[in-house]
Amino acid sequence: MTTPGLRRTSLFDEHKALGGRLVPFAGWEMPIQYTGITEEHRAVRSAAGLFDVSHMGELELTGEHAGAVVDYLVTNDAKRLMDGQAMYTCCLNERGTILDDLIVYRKEAQRWLVVCNASNREKIRAHFEQACQHHCDFRDLSDETALIALQGPSAAEILSLAGDEAAACTGLRSFQFRDAKVGGVLVTAARTGYTGEDGFELFCRWADAPQVWRTLLELGRDRGLVPVGLGARDTLRLEARLSLYGNEIDETTDPFEAGLGWVVKMEKGDFVGRSALKAIQARGPVRRLVGFEMTGRGIARHGYPLKDAQGQVVGVCTSGGPGLTVGKNIGLGYLPVAMTAIGTPFLVDCRGKEVEAVVVQVPFYRRGR
Amino acid sequence: MADTEIREGYLYTKDHEWIGAETPRRVGITAYAVEQLGDITMVDLKVKVGERIEAGQAFGVVESVKSVSDLYAPVSGVVAAINGELDARPELVNEDPYGQAWMISLQPDREPTDLMDAEAYRAFLRTL
Repeated sequence: MTTPGLRRTSLFDEHKALGGRLVPFAGWEMPIQYTGITEEHRAVRSAAGLFDVSHMGELELTGEHAGAVVDYLVTNDAKRLMDGQAMYTCCLNERGTILDDLIVYRKEAQRWLVVCNASNREKIRAHFEQACQHHCDFRDLSDETALIALQGPSAAEILSLAGDEAAACTGLRSFQFRDAKVGGVLVTAARTGYTGEDGFELFCRWADAPQVWRTLLELGRDRGLVPVGLGARDTLRLEARLSLYGNEIDETTDPFEAGLGWVVKMEKGDFVGRSALKAIQARGPVRRLVGFEMTGRGIARHGYPLKDAQGQVVGVCTSGGPGLTVGKNIGLGYLPVAMTAIGTPFLVDCRGKEVEAVVVQVPFYRRGR
Repeated sequence: MADTEIREGYLYTKDHEWIGAETPRRVGITAYAVEQLGDITMVDLKVKVGERIEAGQAFGVVESVKSVSDLYAPVSGVVAAINGELDARPELVNEDPYGQAWMISLQPDREPTDLMDAEAYRAFLRTL
């Protein structure tokens, strides 16, 4: 069964052959799961998982002023990056709310890569392309760039089996990247991920992705590596308290209330959204994103109302579900600042049934060192 | 879809519920439904023994890792039993949807006439 109008990554046939169940996601036909979300989630926590995230957008800025343009469009300080270093950041509009969350890579002083969410690709492309005009060259590389994530405690060991260059990638620190060969194919490997585990994200040419994918699956076969779909990607990132655009963050949320103040560098110089953020800071926070556990019997889901003890709606659940590693039903949501202290009890309206929950420390899951 | 298990002798709804052959009739969800839902994490039954429910009425929800689905009564009748085992072991729905994972049993008002038999349900699945 196919859905018209959906795009496919170059790994589509691999997903089919592996028994992946393909579903529409942000305009793409992507695997939600292969053998089952729980099994795939556990594999990433205990060994390793391989994810196709080729649907994400890749934008390239080149030229003398490329770094300055990037820096002006994001909240984190791009000036602090060295060649081969990346950073997580927000990208704001003039109102100080979040257009997207990005990873920005400094390849060279005059060559920068920006990775955005698939759902925001058109918006972010337009935003960056316009800002580049008369300042630097801009290219949307999304259609020629595939992205494969290798995540889990065994990720480094598996990657190192791909040869000397790949083995050198295991020396990368968090958010560093370098070029390497995997299965004879040139990749750029970054020590980044979206699961709460150690791991790598590997960029390669669109047509080369099947070769990288098969090579890694083969190398990892005896080490517990399995293909992992978007379903487990979501349960993994939720336990690690990583934001999902469209859930925790969007154009109605600012980075401070979303708990992303750590990627906002107010003193770095001017950037889009800075004056709005100053006003937001002066006003003080109204609500804040918290992590919570269900203490009653129920599972919170995206969009469920959060209520105080009197039954008044005071907030909203942004993401929720079973925490498959932590063994509790967990969630993220916005609550008034007065209700955000750890241990604060409240209620989740689970389709008309009020279920008790309590604010807890995040992340829900932190990997061992 | 061709290889999904369908139990002969049971009756089926378009919402992928089954009812058993013996009275009081047990009600559960089909293997096809379970395949679509994935790993089941909670079964929440909202009815009590002795309560009357109407055909089409939601009598509970089944939660999987990713989604929530209502359970609908396939026929009108009185609830004769509830499977409390599913509280502690929701994974039974994945393991044995036509057996140990029955959800409620119903004393129907009358013999159901508008449900699909196994053959009709198999044909229905081919249209999805």
